[in-house]
Amino acid sequence: MEHIISVTVENKFGVLSRVAGLFSGRGFNIESLSVAPTLDPSMSQMTIVTSGDDRIIEQIVKHLNKLIDVIKVVDLNESEFVSRETALIKVHTKAEDRAEALRIADIFRANVIDSTPATYTIEVTGDPKKIEAIINLLQPLGIKELTRTGRVAVAREPIRASAVQPKKVARE
Amino acid sequence: MKLNGSEILIECLKREGVKTIFALPGGVVLKIFDMLHQQKDLDVILTRHEQGAGHMAEGYAKATGKAGVCLVTSGPGMTNVITALADAYMDSVPLVCFSGQVPTSLIGNDAFQEADNIGLSRPCTKYNFLVKDVNDLAMTIKEAFYIATTGRPGPVLVDIPKDVSMATTEFVYPTSVSIRGYNPTYDGNKWQIKQAAEAIMKAKKPILYVGGGVVFSGASAELIELAELTQIPVDMTLMGLGAFPGEHQLSLGMLGMHGTYQANMAMHYSDLVIAIGARFDDRVTGKVSEFCPHAKVIHVDIDPTSIRKNIHVDIPIVGDCKTVLRELNQILRASVNGEQKELRKPWWKQIREWEAAHPLSYQQDADGPIKPQYVVKRLYELTKDRDPIVSTDVGQHQMWAAQYFKLAKPNRWLTSGGLGTMGFGFPAAMGAQAAFPGRLVLCIAGDGSIQMNMQEMATAVVSKLPVKIIVLNNRFHGMVRQWQDLFYQGRYASSDLENTPDFVKLAEAYGAVGLRANKVGDLDAVLKEAIAVNGPVIVDVPTYRFENVYPMIPAGGCNHEMILEDPPELKTKQAGISKVTPDGNDTVLTA
Repeated sequence: MEHIISVTVENKFGVLSRVAGLFSGRGFNIESLSVAPTLDPSMSQMTIVTSGDDRIIEQIVKHLNKLIDVIKVVDLNESEFVSRETALIKVHTKAEDRAEALRIADIFRANVIDSTPATYTIEVTGDPKKIEAIINLLQPLGIKELTRTGRVAVAREPIRASAVQPKKVARE
Repeated sequence: MKLNGSEILIECLKREGVKTIFALPGGVVLKIFDMLHQQKDLDVILTRHEQGAGHMAEGYAKATGKAGVCLVTSGPGMTNVITALADAYMDSVPLVCFSGQVPTSLIGNDAFQEADNIGLSRPCTKYNFLVKDVNDLAMTIKEAFYIATTGRPGPVLVDIPKDVSMATTEFVYPTSVSIRGYNPTYDGNKWQIKQAAEAIMKAKKPILYVGGGVVFSGASAELIELAELTQIPVDMTLMGLGAFPGEHQLSLGMLGMHGTYQANMAMHYSDLVIAIGARFDDRVTGKVSEFCPHAKVIHVDIDPTSIRKNIHVDIPIVGDCKTVLRELNQILRASVNGEQKELRKPWWKQIREWEAAHPLSYQQDADGPIKPQYVVKRLYELTKDRDPIVSTDVGQHQMWAAQYFKLAKPNRWLTSGGLGTMGFGFPAAMGAQAAFPGRLVLCIAGDGSIQMNMQEMATAVVSKLPVKIIVLNNRFHGMVRQWQDLFYQGRYASSDLENTPDFVKLAEAYGAVGLRANKVGDLDAVLKEAIAVNGPVIVDVPTYRFENVYPMIPAGGCNHEMILEDPPELKTKQAGISKVTPDGNDTVLTA
């Protein structure tokens, strides 16, 4: 079963290879991995999409925790979470296809972020199914390049009866 | 106090309580060696190969329980020490290895003797550091020792570029260390310990399965108390030998592929397996799906990843063996009464029957070729009063040593378990000898594996490490030959060494003493003579070439389905060889 694991790590060189090495060395799967610094620049946040039965996932979580540069591990599947992925799709557009490409982008609430006489670059964000769907629709036009971020995810805040004001998060 | 990087390294080692380091110099670590040369507190043992340095540090660590320290140069120095790091990682040996690195300005330029030390050592160390700034050096060393010796111990590498070893800074020794991603759990969960105690009270056929974790945690006294309090039999893993006295009436000996009959049968038919500091390695479990089919499993380990890695565990307890056992004993002391002993009477009766049915056995004829088991047994009997430290290499001789050398105390047994590194034994013995110059240190080796680090004899002679090596010489890679006899129709692909060096002359060439026992009748006298020598000795014992290690559970087999002796067709074949050459020692066989 697919699991999304959120990992808070030290933001220093070599950490990514420790995590990647753990997965390859022990034969665990990585379907996608995304990493970027957190609000605290001394830490980075990784979102790892992996799969395996309960025993494997338990081992993955334990082994991640065992890495000295790993500060916190959360298996998001243990509660509700929301996840998103972004894809940038460069699609060939002959004159007669340009309107169709825009229509498809519109249906998926995607944006055209670059345009040339023969191509559009479309930015789409959503869950993986949505991204698969737009790719399928654009494929007949001819996809020249495709790049996906891999998923990022956060746990949903539990809704309590006495809903409190969310804490203000400092923005940088 | 202004110090350069090399002086900081030495100062930090002193404050960590290090007395001896095992080292081999090279270009980028010259400054460090120059500084070592000008001080008197640290003893530097110059090895002949970096692998030797690593294994010596391991032997030192296993015998003392403290971190072993080695120092190697960049490039080939680093790649040579990798085997020792991997070995230490598998067997949880606290080790701090310092490697030289090319100057920071040259890193990544394919400089002379450059290697990616961090990349190379990542999969075989608990953690590794590249020190890019001399101001970070003292803290890094402090963290390295902290990581190596706490939690589940392991090797840590500190990579020091040449310019860092030369740069000067104000030396401040860090008083404390805190790493936010590293907080090993020492205290077991109280509720789980209570559950474990209840399960132990109720079990009719319990068995203690104890490993190297008990040794490293220093929990032998607690283990003995637990076993005696509850009258539960004790199985030891290869790494756990010595954790419980081998001659104790509750000891069933080693379990696993070449474990005793009673140890493996007791595991298989037990209703409660109490695993302490052991990791359910495949050499112990055999076929996982049929491992301990009737048992509930309690697993105490400081490393959470060891729990439920290979088999299902009913009561997991993450914590230090010593701390958890203390707490467990406290509960049990209050609740144990005569009932448990009564409850387990049939279990003990069964175990004694197993013991009587298939004890460890071999046949030594007075005028026949020397049997390797006999050598180990005699060595044990002749030396046990001196409380020796025993190291082994890997192979048949290792298993015979494990079966017949019954250790009374922990930290006396130096062997390569997880990685199975041939060539480990001799340098490990030297490391232990360096830590305890007055003790008797024995190295039981095979003629194949001793040749893998023979060069260290030069170190033993120069550094006055009077290790006694006993070579069980069958001119085979014996364990390979055994598998070929049992599973490859006796085709000896590259297992027959045909010719091994004259170990007596070899010892003499190094300036050591070489002795040989050719006949059964000579053995005792030769062993005694060796022990009396004040210096390193090789005792060459030509043994019966075709002896096999039993019991044996074939890889992937079930624990209660042991091979107990040579199958008939193998016996016929061996009898045929013995007709041609009665001692079985002078024929090179081609099947």
